Amino acid sequence: MHELPITESILNIVLKHAAKNNVRQVVAIHLRIGKLSDLEDEWIQHYFDYLSKGTMAQGAKLIIERTPIILQCNSCKNSYEADMATIGDAACPACGQTDSTLISGREYHIKDMEVQ
Amino acid sequence: MEEVRLIEVKEEILADNNQVAAGVRDQLRNKKTLLVNLMSSPGSGKTSLILRTVEGLKQGLKIGVIEADIDSKVDAEKVAASGIPAIQLRTGGFCHLDATMVTQGIDALAENDLDLIIIENVGNLVCPAEFDTGAHKNVMILSVPEGDDKPLKYPLMFSICNVLLINKIDYLSLSDFDMAALRKRVLALNPGIKIIEVSCKTGAGIDNWIAWLGQEVESFRSGQ
Repeated sequence: MHELPITESILNIVLKHAAKNNVRQVVAIHLRIGKLSDLEDEWIQHYFDYLSKGTMAQGAKLIIERTPIILQCNSCKNSYEADMATIGDAACPACGQTDSTLISGREYHIKDMEVQ
Repeated sequence: MEEVRLIEVKEEILADNNQVAAGVRDQLRNKKTLLVNLMSSPGSGKTSLILRTVEGLKQGLKIGVIEADIDSKVDAEKVAASGIPAIQLRTGGFCHLDATMVTQGIDALAENDLDLIIIENVGNLVCPAEFDTGAHKNVMILSVPEGDDKPLKYPLMFSICNVLLINKIDYLSLSDFDMAALRKRVLALNPGIKIIEVSCKTGAGIDNWIAWLGQEVESFRSGQ
């Protein structure tokens, strides 16, 4: 639902770097997005195709790496992966406690881009 | 064929919003105005809670409200009728508020020299969780009819809030809502969250919420 402003922000950052680096055409953009975000990859690409028309990034492919949801147990400090559907019921596999801190899964990062 | 090069970008996608949000927080901290962002699904009682809050705190504090709605001003009119300044932001189809929109609301309330500003965010448990509004405290409402499984469906929202208000507890006897399961799920996501059970209809538990909020405003005013 909030893909549009996110995509707008991606495009602005990409065009800024393209202008600085004497780019003719952006071919692909590598993103790292946490699994906790509800963004749909397909919709980000649709919005990107729409917003980037007539710019150096027109036709660029978004390649999205999803970073896992990692929790750290507050009792024994063990780190473990949780999935979106069961995160609220997730218990530490080492000690069984449910008290944990989120250490990864909320990323919204542009890593790099392939250009010509 | 032209060679493809790789350019390092290494930027956060939401950096612009996060920067504006940090600016809002600092600006209001200097003015000793506490900014609270209230989020929930549609119909869980945000406007009713604000009216209860105004009733409970308006004797001692100067309060303002920023209302967000996709395209109506019903909520702002209700709040303004309670005698406090309310600004309506129409998000024009957007599903959340961002820090720049909040800035417009704060500017519009600036002349009032407020102790507390409450943002009523767009009714939605997904998008508002992703965008920092610049608030000092995030508060969410879950109402009993929505069910105790919501932390499983919208974990991000539950993980970013300082307070969870469970509203409509007057419905508990009619429902199979499992309060213990809900608390366990929420605390697993966010061990530091404060959970307060209320009913905006009967007034039950509202004094606990008012006590928490009043204390927060007080420590903010005294610069702690």
